[in-house]
Amino acid sequence: MFATRPEARPASVEVFVEDRPVMVPEGASAAAAVLLAGIPAIRETPVSGAPRLPYCMMGVCFDCLAEIDGVANRQACMVMVTPGMRIAPQRGARQARPGLAGKGA
Amino acid sequence: MSRTQDAIVVGGGLVGTAIAYGLQKRGLSTVLLDEGDVAHRASRGNFGLVWVQTKGLGAPHYQRWTRGSAAAWPGLAEDLSARTGIGTGLHQPGGLHLCLSEDELERRAATMARMQREAGNFGFEYRMLTHSEVAERMPGIGRSVVGASWTPYDGHASPLHLLRALHTAFREAGGLYLPNAGVAEGTAAPHDFSVEAGGQRHHAPRIVLAAGLGNAALAPLFGLAAPVRPERGQILVTERTRPLLPMPTTTIRQTGEGSVMIGDSKEEAGFDTQTQTPEIMRAMARRAVLSFPWIAELNIVRAWSALRVMAPDGLPIYDQAERFPGAFTANCHSGVTLAGAHAEILAPMIVAGELPAEMAPFSARRFEHVRNAA
Amino acid sequence: MRRFDLAVIGAGPAGMAAAVEAAHLGLSVLVVDEQPAPGGQVFRAVEAAGGDPALTEEFPEAGGALVRAFRAAEDIAYWPRATLWHVDLAGGVLSVLRDGVSEEVAATRLLLATGAQERPVPVPGWTLPGVMGAGAAQILLKTAGAVPRGPVVIAGQGPLAWLLAVQLLRAGAGPMTLLETGGKGALWDALRAGGLWTGRRLLRKGLSLVREARRHGLRVVRRVRNLQAGGEGRVRRVRWDGGEIACDTLLLHEGVIPSTHIGRALGLEHRWDEAQRCWRPVLDEWGASSHGFVAVAGDGGGIGGWEAAVATGHLAAIDAARRMDRLPAAECARRARPYQTRLASALALRPFLDRLYAPAPEMLVPPDDATIICRCEEVTAGQVRLAARLGATGPNQVKAYLRAGMGPCQGRMCGGTVAAVIAEERGIPIAEAGALRPRAPFKPLTVGELAALPPGDVA
Repeated sequence: MFATRPEARPASVEVFVEDRPVMVPEGASAAAAVLLAGIPAIRETPVSGAPRLPYCMMGVCFDCLAEIDGVANRQACMVMVTPGMRIAPQRGARQARPGLAGKGA
Repeated sequence: MSRTQDAIVVGGGLVGTAIAYGLQKRGLSTVLLDEGDVAHRASRGNFGLVWVQTKGLGAPHYQRWTRGSAAAWPGLAEDLSARTGIGTGLHQPGGLHLCLSEDELERRAATMARMQREAGNFGFEYRMLTHSEVAERMPGIGRSVVGASWTPYDGHASPLHLLRALHTAFREAGGLYLPNAGVAEGTAAPHDFSVEAGGQRHHAPRIVLAAGLGNAALAPLFGLAAPVRPERGQILVTERTRPLLPMPTTTIRQTGEGSVMIGDSKEEAGFDTQTQTPEIMRAMARRAVLSFPWIAELNIVRAWSALRVMAPDGLPIYDQAERFPGAFTANCHSGVTLAGAHAEILAPMIVAGELPAEMAPFSARRFEHVRNAA
Repeated sequence: MRRFDLAVIGAGPAGMAAAVEAAHLGLSVLVVDEQPAPGGQVFRAVEAAGGDPALTEEFPEAGGALVRAFRAAEDIAYWPRATLWHVDLAGGVLSVLRDGVSEEVAATRLLLATGAQERPVPVPGWTLPGVMGAGAAQILLKTAGAVPRGPVVIAGQGPLAWLLAVQLLRAGAGPMTLLETGGKGALWDALRAGGLWTGRRLLRKGLSLVREARRHGLRVVRRVRNLQAGGEGRVRRVRWDGGEIACDTLLLHEGVIPSTHIGRALGLEHRWDEAQRCWRPVLDEWGASSHGFVAVAGDGGGIGGWEAAVATGHLAAIDAARRMDRLPAAECARRARPYQTRLASALALRPFLDRLYAPAPEMLVPPDDATIICRCEEVTAGQVRLAARLGATGPNQVKAYLRAGMGPCQGRMCGGTVAAVIAEERGIPIAEAGALRPRAPFKPLTVGELAALPPGDVA
């Protein structure tokens, strides 16, 4: 688990990780927010359901796939936090949303 | 070093491996000569349809051959699974061709009616579906889908699992697979052939050329002709998505792993696929989103273009050399659809040493008048 | 379609230096970068993190200066949060995705300054939550000021391992253990490589890091072999031959390798670098690749560190100007000279470092069949060995057989290991096993982003 150091970087942005509020510094990624929230997994793999947390933090490994603001399979280390952002683990393969047809999807 | 076998198969893609497996399991000791890691390998670019719907318009023998292959597929899939434990993901629930305009739908209906006419007493079952009939069968179709054609014969499978299963089964049946063994030259006499490949000389009374585009250069060495040329085809593949599509369409299918594959259609979409540009990828993506708007959300993780093996008339070429009996070629662009026929129908013919009369329309001799005229 | 003289991919030291130089020489420049701010990974978020006392000296000073010069330069179109996903080599057209919209731009020359990635370290248990790259922890420190809580183990070797240990200890992390995986005799081998005098400044920097780490109470275990991460659902301990330690976070590092994904997708000629155990593009002294449209600068052309990257960025920009007849040959040579000198000095210590920190064989080829190689598709070393025995001669065939490399990372994490396993199994050199041939899109984009249909047309 990771922790911020308010003396070096004030945590000023509130985001929600699995619906729990977490304060993170501006410029942090959604993947960083997940590590700061301390949840056990950011995703469960679509192959075996194994838990994963971010591995590379630089856009290479795709182990940080998460559902961000309702959009599945986003590369969380490449998405900067914004106030009120909602981040949830990606559990297995994404679910397509055929119901969205006709709603401007 | 020199080696003698009952048969040499040149080309370790889907076509060559299906034939080699069919020969080996019928008792011919077979060597399968393949290229290396970065061979052109149309097999890796195969879309994975086991597709019958409009195969052989104006060429009923091709429709029958394709239908025969689709019918032979379940047996092949079962056989491979029993021998290797590898599932080929075969699923034959029927298939749709979606039409995105009234004009497309009208033309499609005419095509399907002609297919049925040409099938004669062999029969050809199909239905034209309206938008709402398609909507009953497929989730979340776009309003651009004005209708579709349906046949019960269509299905799909995993080209990659099929290739691995065929390779495994071939080897477990005692076949000799040699990678990094491209063939550039050979000698031919009736029932007596030899090639140099992978640093060895291979001799056999039978040789089957199934080297895809490589056949064009190889065939003349063995008294055959294979006037095939490349045609570029592109495929987009999305990330794994939970199962949603109950049946394949001509250009969109969901794999066993959950990926949605988006292919190009020569038949209706009408884009030029000779070059790989974002425009073609974009045109494919547009058609997919118009067909199923929810596809827009999915991430494309892979895309590739592969070279299809095309004869001048788009139909397969199967031949035995007149001058050198025992030399055969197999050329086609539907390595998955025709795998059943290659392993279970064509291979026995090669074992018997002769292509029967009903195969005559597939001979490259059909192009001779074209060449002579030119 | 907008047109630029030079399109630079990456806003790290090489990309920034190239852009500044090119703009100075009168070229119109586009810089495309995935990150929200310039700096690359080495100077990641330097504008925001420059004041962090854990990240002193070189980071705020050198990094800050580079970014300021880049920001100040005129005539640079800078596109942050943008991803290059396709290149039409013949037409000189790039497809770039920004804010969900793909745009085509034309360029006279393309400079890939895509930097490096950490070498994947496929040890047993490396997929457990709590195991990550050392570089990942450093990025967390730079972008969020964050440090791991609880016992930390850094396992591996290389300059970054020591730098990270010091930075995290300064920031209050710990207790911390460094498990050094270097081989016995590596130092003597390394000393024979020479370059110590020319590279003495870098060497001094390294030695002072080691001293500072000791002062902070870093525990160091040397010659660690057969590293394994253990735990249920999360890493709880690290084991090696003759030792075990509990931990909450395991940070792996076996050096960095060039990011060659785009270059390989473009079919640029690459060669296997045995000293650095990685593929690198074949480049001339200016960074020009085997394709007339493309140059490469920085660590993406071979690992040399940020100072070398800056020098190669300048040289590639000077070459671009010469090719476009904006700089006479004589002026070109004169202008290049100081950067050539700096490059030589920055690279002097490299052979020593390459030998000192050569990864142990089991770090490149997992001996245990159960170890996962492809993290996306969860393909194990044993499966790859079986495929190699079945006849797969390279990573492209293994991809077709097993899906290794078919996941969203497109083989960035597994490609090298798969090739190494095949090479060992078939008894051939890695160079002969070859590399994955990636294809566009270089990074995933959605079908909708590609389709770019007006919303009214869809629903």
